[in-house]
Amino acid sequence: MSQAATAGHGAVDTYETPLTPESWGKLGMWIFLAGDAMSFGALLAAYGAYRFGAADWPNPGDALGITLTAGMTFLLICSSVTMVKSLEAMQAGDRPSAIRFLSMTVGGGIIFLGLQAYEWTHLIHEGMKLAENAFIIDGNGVVVGNLVHGDQVGPGQMIGNSLFGTTFYMTTGFHGLHVFSGVVYLSIVLIKMIGGSYGPGNTNVIEIAGLYWHFVDLVWILVFTFVYLV
Amino acid sequence: MANESHEHPNYMLIFWWLLGLTILEVMVPVVITASVPKIALLVSMAVAKAALVALYFMHLRFEKSMLGVIALTPMIICAFLLFMLMPDSSWRWIG
Repeated sequence: MSQAATAGHGAVDTYETPLTPESWGKLGMWIFLAGDAMSFGALLAAYGAYRFGAADWPNPGDALGITLTAGMTFLLICSSVTMVKSLEAMQAGDRPSAIRFLSMTVGGGIIFLGLQAYEWTHLIHEGMKLAENAFIIDGNGVVVGNLVHGDQVGPGQMIGNSLFGTTFYMTTGFHGLHVFSGVVYLSIVLIKMIGGSYGPGNTNVIEIAGLYWHFVDLVWILVFTFVYLV
Repeated sequence: MANESHEHPNYMLIFWWLLGLTILEVMVPVVITASVPKIALLVSMAVAKAALVALYFMHLRFEKSMLGVIALTPMIICAFLLFMLMPDSSWRWIG
């Protein structure tokens, strides 16, 4: 047996290659996010396939509230900024600022979830359900009435495709679940930060949690565009 | 090694870019009604915003290239999926 093999038995390989990551935890989070991105990709691809294959798809701008969701987008972008500011502050040794910025991030996530619950409640009252649609549209998809409001389907008009609600609730619901998970995840990091677990030379956990939160923001940017604006 | 700090980009500048692009995005459906230019513009702006978040907030620009490869892989697979599904939805336009 060679000397190297004998000496190396059971020892941790300390050699670095160009593929060795800066942090194994960060690599793990990136691999998780890549898998998660494919889940969102599948949902958005299914949305696109259903939408462009249907002649009775309501115009999202008419059926959904763009102003509210634009505000929700702004909120998530702000929360991403406070997340990186928290990391930056901790790396600089400014713990109070790091705690303040991370608290703002968690608060932003909670407000986002509250706004989403408000939006869903409003849409459900408007007759847009998981497998039902009450919007009356014309031949161009423009919403001209609503069965819930007692409107009738006129000549050249039709009831919107029921998959409109299905794809909407599945996609935004899956994203909302990620926001909820992110709020729980960041709250745990915040509690540990308040407890003094992190310091200027120990910010890896904050950076990894930040990666998850920025991913949630990134996905919403795409969901907002494809589901609400296009 | 695990705590090597990155070069810090100007996060507030990225924020203003993201905010500006979001405002433009909301205005696009109001100003442009033709579907092809509208969709092309909206998708371009969404990709630009997503790239800003990934490159600067997620520090992908300052990481080793392997993380970039991991991040790009699902995009390539999703683009492939989109082209796979296209024939299913195109019956409306050709049939």
